[in-house]
Amino acid sequence: MSEFPLLSILIFLPLVGAVFILSIQGKVEIVARNSRYVALWTASANFLLSLVLWFNFDKSTPKFQFVEYAMWMPNLGIGYHVGVDGISILFVILTTVLTPICVLASWESINSRVKEYMVCFLVLETFMVGMFCALDLILFYTFFEAVLIPMFIIIGVWGGNRRIYAAFKLFLYTLLGSVLMLLAMITMYVDAGTTNIIKLLDHSFPFAMQTWIWLAFLASFAVKVPMWPVHTWLPDAHVEAPTAGSVILAGVLLKFGGYGFLRFSLPMMPDASLMFTPIIFSLSVIAVVYTSLVALAQEDVKKLIAYSSIAHMGFVTAGVFSMTVQGVEGAIYQMLSHGVVSAALFLIVGVIYDRIHTREINAYGGLVNRMPFYSLIFMIFLLASIGLPGTGGFIGEILVLLGVFKVNIWVAIFLATGVILGAAYMLYLYKRLIFGTLTKKRLLKIIDLSPREIAVFSPLLIVTIWMGIYPNSFLNFMHVSVANLLQKVQTSLAKSSVIYLAGG
Amino acid sequence: MVDALVVFLPLIGSSVAGLCALASNSSNKDQQRKIEIASQLITCGALLVSMALAWFIFFSITKEGLLRVTEISNWISSGSFEVSWSLRVDSLTAIMMVLVTTVSAMVHIYSIGYMKKDPSIPRFMCYLSLFTFFMLVLVSADNLIQLFFGWEGVGLASYLLIGFWYYKPSANAAAIKAFIVNRVGDFGFALGIFSIFVVFDTVHFDTIFQSVPAKNTYMIEIFGGEFHALTVICLLLFVGAMGKSAQLGLHTWLPDAMEGPTPVSALIHAATMVTAGIFMVARLSPIFEFSETALAVVTIVGATTTIFAATVACTQFDLKRIVAYSTCSQLGYMFFACGVSAYSAGIFHLLTHGFFKAVLFLGAGSVIHAMSDEQDIRKMGGIWKLIPITYVLMWIGSLALAGLPPFAGYFSKDIVLESAWAADTSFGYYAFWMGILAAMLTAFYSWRLIFITFHGKSRADEKVVAHIHESPSTMIGPIIVLAVGAIFSGYLFYSNFVGHDAINFWGQSITILDTHQAINKAHLVPSWVKNLPLNVAILGIFIAYLMYIWRPNLPTILAGKFRWLHLFFYNKWYWDELYTLLFVRPAMRLGWNLWKIGDGLLIDGIGPDGISSAVKRIAKRVAAFQTGYLYHYAFTMLAGLVVLISSYIFVRGG
Repeated sequence: MSEFPLLSILIFLPLVGAVFILSIQGKVEIVARNSRYVALWTASANFLLSLVLWFNFDKSTPKFQFVEYAMWMPNLGIGYHVGVDGISILFVILTTVLTPICVLASWESINSRVKEYMVCFLVLETFMVGMFCALDLILFYTFFEAVLIPMFIIIGVWGGNRRIYAAFKLFLYTLLGSVLMLLAMITMYVDAGTTNIIKLLDHSFPFAMQTWIWLAFLASFAVKVPMWPVHTWLPDAHVEAPTAGSVILAGVLLKFGGYGFLRFSLPMMPDASLMFTPIIFSLSVIAVVYTSLVALAQEDVKKLIAYSSIAHMGFVTAGVFSMTVQGVEGAIYQMLSHGVVSAALFLIVGVIYDRIHTREINAYGGLVNRMPFYSLIFMIFLLASIGLPGTGGFIGEILVLLGVFKVNIWVAIFLATGVILGAAYMLYLYKRLIFGTLTKKRLLKIIDLSPREIAVFSPLLIVTIWMGIYPNSFLNFMHVSVANLLQKVQTSLAKSSVIYLAGG
Repeated sequence: MVDALVVFLPLIGSSVAGLCALASNSSNKDQQRKIEIASQLITCGALLVSMALAWFIFFSITKEGLLRVTEISNWISSGSFEVSWSLRVDSLTAIMMVLVTTVSAMVHIYSIGYMKKDPSIPRFMCYLSLFTFFMLVLVSADNLIQLFFGWEGVGLASYLLIGFWYYKPSANAAAIKAFIVNRVGDFGFALGIFSIFVVFDTVHFDTIFQSVPAKNTYMIEIFGGEFHALTVICLLLFVGAMGKSAQLGLHTWLPDAMEGPTPVSALIHAATMVTAGIFMVARLSPIFEFSETALAVVTIVGATTTIFAATVACTQFDLKRIVAYSTCSQLGYMFFACGVSAYSAGIFHLLTHGFFKAVLFLGAGSVIHAMSDEQDIRKMGGIWKLIPITYVLMWIGSLALAGLPPFAGYFSKDIVLESAWAADTSFGYYAFWMGILAAMLTAFYSWRLIFITFHGKSRADEKVVAHIHESPSTMIGPIIVLAVGAIFSGYLFYSNFVGHDAINFWGQSITILDTHQAINKAHLVPSWVKNLPLNVAILGIFIAYLMYIWRPNLPTILAGKFRWLHLFFYNKWYWDELYTLLFVRPAMRLGWNLWKIGDGLLIDGIGPDGISSAVKRIAKRVAAFQTGYLYHYAFTMLAGLVVLISSYIFVRGG
């Protein structure tokens, strides 16, 4: 445990930056320029700080590290309590990597209300990092819900034509789940007498209560993942959101659900989790097959990638509830690699949208003739998305499938069909956008990636390949924590004499 | 170290060529030319060195049947799932390495001439070398996951090269088709890997192989029943092999893959990548040996593909497609050899086929080059005097393919057929007879091709004829090198691969149970079995002569007489139509319906949109209560009061 309040700084530094941006005054252009730079520097500084986390993390213990505690509402025992373990640390770093990239990606495409836009992103980062670090129920809930506000604003203000509809759809869907989750959290507090997540992890709830709490959490997490059939907000939100909004949405926000399952549902309600596993498996399988087929029929680039995101997240939920080492580690890995790859794919769409201002697939064709760099980068991320070995996508998928195969072969078989369909819709998309002859008039003068855009893509490119060639540098963070998690699940299951057949 | 060099040199070449491709600048001709030459020199140089080292490895390894494993790094570890990056070199790998690097090096050089006028030479060289790298990783894998890495990698390279001319819609469609059909195979392969992990708790070859006998009684629950685990594993893996090696059912991508440049067809779709399935079965022979069912399936699928592809090849008119179907057919031979446990015979045929099929493809490329990119043999004819060297080389390739002595195919095809007979099982006999029939058809379609293309009257237009010329030495040279292989590789390697020195030569790389004696008994079959393949081949050539030189109107008459049969063969047994009907169109329609009806009408209609419109409706109704008239409010209050009081009384009283 370090004395240096690293996590607090990681959480609140962006907020400080946001306040600083708010204080910038003057001409519109100057304010815009300064806001961009402040946001970029703050986000980059936060990323560098998160590297300290990466290097100083002790991978040999499942305990929470860099823990900080301060009283917040003493009479209720609620505290400001943060810390990271092997499951959450990589998500924190994912967030700090993606935020500066988002700022850089919005450099030229956002021209109105730049100041407010940058404030929104920095505030968003505070909430996201806070969410992954929170070790107190109420703190977790606060951050978990607060994220919605900047996201709502980003879509509602800087979005496309149907932005208001999309923003409200996102808001209402998520809110509905959250209300139930809050009730569940209050119930947990009443039963356990604490909001301390570390203590709650060791508390065992009675079975009947577990069931209800589990379902309430599901309502919230399922929307976030999103699982079928509460997924329809996602394509709308993605289509309307500005590029960077989509990046954060796909890159980080979608991981809240999977993270929630790992942090709460599995360890705190193991019996209920086991009982409901068939439901999760069914919904995951439907999500994968259904949304892959839907993706095949899309005519809007962003919608297609949004649907592919849902399919990829179907792997995550299945992996988590396989409750095997490979399944859970694969799910975490899949979330991380999807975070990078889908972020990149949305940026890729953003590149051509910035130039031609349409997302219609039919408006494009033959881009390779004028954009070779773009086509190359698109191809690499496409391959990562369809899980080609050598990219991060492969490791996540193969581990999840392996874990699920051990528990339920049918589920694994259906999930694996998603891999075939995934290749189909992505390659079909690529063909329609990139290949062919360049005949459309609007495209004749389209220009290839600018140095700024290359700077945006390079870190993501490196990480994706690194995740595929040497995944152990990421997996090593998880081993002990995941083993501990599964151990906990096993013991409490053994205690409640539920027959359980799975393992290492 | 040497092993790593062989594998990684092509990758280095590929990376450099890739950089060259990105640095290309079409506006500056001189600079562009320099970049092109640089990319060609580096990739060809890397490949030649790699080839030399591979031959060195081949001789040193197979001398005593050694096995050496070099671990490079760990890769994935999760629970008991441990995978490493490592290179496994034994006799089987060494053979594949030699074949891959030799054909690849020759194809690299050939491409210098063939792709001369193409605007993206560096990109082409980059893809070719990249393919070679993945293929070498595939053959030197020490575990299933790394095998899968190479497996998908060659699939990617194949996709990129089929679609190399990206402005051609047909090339794009063929590339996607190849990738997706292969993915269907990989689906089975992946499930096979998972089953292996569940049964053996490892994916490393040595550990698996050691514990196979102990797991022979193991049952696995799958598809709603209990099955012999090893059989399930082998069948799933074989689905992968069928996809990559274009066996019946998953073969539809191979003929379409001919959309790619011809050097690609020679390297990937004839000599190397498509043989990965046979390599996989041979590599996993210690598992396949324990499942009679799986071996029977391999035999039947292989034998059926052999005859299927041969019948189709007899009716096609596209020069490259004929050779492609011939490849498909020959792959069938290799599979049924493996199916009767004559793995060494299968691999022997794989090696010789690699040489003579590359000769045929590159020769075909030379013809196409001469005919100004014409591929339809109906528009050729009588050109043998104009391109004599190509003509001779095509003869050599065809003689080897048809299995006439002393060419390579004679030795390898005979031992395959003899093994099938010697297996002495009903599947073995089925394979033998199908193989004999296909051998006749092979000879027939090979000479049909030669006669229509090179003999008779010219059917090309004058412009094309005036332009016909022999290919440059960069193209002819590599074919001659490969032709040397097509002539001598059978005779030279016979005793090593399947003869007296076989045991020492193969070392531990192939396992055959004592109960499977096909390869040992192959030398003892009756002499009519030994002579039959040669006789039917000569018969096939004779029939081709009758039909295309002696009585050129005979084919039309026959096609008219047996119309439905001809149409059935000509339309490739209607596989593509069947798949479009069964999978492609329904998937698209289903996707569209799920989107519009599932998401739009049902989920959104009942969910968010439904609720919001319901809320609006109710709000409107509620708002209608606020009329502003006092007596409306008074009446409502009164009514409410009555309800309240009466319910109070009712409850109390009750």
